[in-house]
Amino acid sequence: MKKRSFGLILYLIFAILPIYWMVNMSLKTNEEITGALSLWPQHLTFDNFRTILTDPAWYGGYINSLIYVLINTVLSVAVALPAAYAFSRYEFLGDKHLFFWLLTNRMSPPAVFLLPFFQLYSSINLFDTHIAVALAHMLFNVPLAVWILEGFMSGVPREIDETAYIDGYSFPRFFVRIFIPLISAGIGVTAFFCFMFSWVELLLARTLTSVEAKPIVAIMTRTVSAAGMDWGVLAAAGVLTIVPGALVIYFVRNYIAKGFAMGRV
Amino acid sequence: MKTYNNKAWLLVLPVVLCVASSAIVPLMTVVNYSVQDILGPDQKVFVGTEWFKLVMRDPELHEALGRQILFSAAVLAIEIPLGILLALALPAQGWRSSLALVLLAMPLLIPQNVVGTIWQIYGRGDIGLAGAALNGLGFDYNYTGDSMDAWLTVLVMDVWHWTPLIALLAFAGLRAIPEAYYQAARIDGASRLAVFRFIQLPKLRGVLLIGLLLRFMDSFMIYTEPFVLTGGGPGNATTFLSQYLTQKAVGQFDLGPAAAFSLIYFLIILLACFVFYSLLQNAGPTEKAEH
Repeated sequence: MKKRSFGLILYLIFAILPIYWMVNMSLKTNEEITGALSLWPQHLTFDNFRTILTDPAWYGGYINSLIYVLINTVLSVAVALPAAYAFSRYEFLGDKHLFFWLLTNRMSPPAVFLLPFFQLYSSINLFDTHIAVALAHMLFNVPLAVWILEGFMSGVPREIDETAYIDGYSFPRFFVRIFIPLISAGIGVTAFFCFMFSWVELLLARTLTSVEAKPIVAIMTRTVSAAGMDWGVLAAAGVLTIVPGALVIYFVRNYIAKGFAMGRV
Repeated sequence: MKTYNNKAWLLVLPVVLCVASSAIVPLMTVVNYSVQDILGPDQKVFVGTEWFKLVMRDPELHEALGRQILFSAAVLAIEIPLGILLALALPAQGWRSSLALVLLAMPLLIPQNVVGTIWQIYGRGDIGLAGAALNGLGFDYNYTGDSMDAWLTVLVMDVWHWTPLIALLAFAGLRAIPEAYYQAARIDGASRLAVFRFIQLPKLRGVLLIGLLLRFMDSFMIYTEPFVLTGGGPGNATTFLSQYLTQKAVGQFDLGPAAAFSLIYFLIILLACFVFYSLLQNAGPTEKAEH
């Protein structure tokens, strides 16, 4: 037992050090970052954060990203839940092909696909809207959600469904009242992954927006300019991008850890 | 036994509509590009499989593909076992569990371009913690000059960034195993290893399959991180397939060959995923016997 916690702590240190370095950089001036190695800021400055939090073009990016990420996460999980149930409980025409086809939508290298995506969303007048990015991100999040949820649902014994139907539960009532609580670990982890993948996706989000819905990941690229790299502001922006997701994982952690609560049925 | 019922299509339909609406038009457009020579907005010539032949013969592509396969194999060989070990080591409940989960998930939440930039500084010998530490320990480490160092840096960065994905999936999978299984194992006096081999691993098969496929697909299409960190260099040491494709598509603006390249790329990923999927579906006889 001791050895395992030791290994875990060692890994967590490995995981946290680059993040510490990012926080460290975000509290330094560019001269100090590129000047010499220092383990903590010698001239502590909050200017990098001030730049982001006082400029609407910067903090607006966080709001835009949050809007489409939340739309995407809610829609993805909502449509994936019944579908994953169908895949885990029934056989139907083309089920295996359909299941694998879903995942193939994550397999196209983005470079060349970006142009047709731009044309598609422009042609239906959704260019530069939050909903366009949310819909485009469903392309890779919905298959992910279906696959993860199906795995968790298949772990739930079928007898539970049958018993509930015998007890007179209708399908929607059974699904919401009994089944969803049983797979809360799966839903928690799925919601977090949908949030995360949509949050960090850069290429599609940048292609489908220009001003109104421009995401934070695209705004960050402005730290690279002819005058050189604005390391400090980029690091501060990076620190701030962790915050919403860390809150999400903190809130879903109980669902993830709760797991399979057979005793409550 | 699963029941055969085509009404299940009604449950699946929303997903199919959502995904197909965004998937089909772009795919067909790319197929369209790949068989045409696009000279201008209104000037297109049908060239058949010409671009495919051209791309298949490209020696630089073969090199990039080789590097890519090696990289993805290394990523999977490290991240999957490490992720499982982390999930087993994570405390199940309490504040330690919450703290470890949040810390573990943090790297996942940093956008790829920031990841690359942070590691760019972090790995530098003069002003970065990791680079300075390695040099201090006597290693001659310099990721901008040495190909091997650059390749390893990209690999370690990927391990840092994405192992938590496997760990979180496996952790959630472990929590979903009913307590009764462990009780039965205790009564039988099963060893820790036996519990892992015959209870935990089979039950984790579903989440590990999706984890493996995700890591394979995403590492095979890795673009932003090596691009920001090393720009593909030194030389071509870290020019992976996606970056070579982007050079073709954006740099030289050869839409036809780039589209053909994309489709071949897509088919390689599809084929490999199908092989993984089939292999893992049929592995694990313990799970099969239960249905």
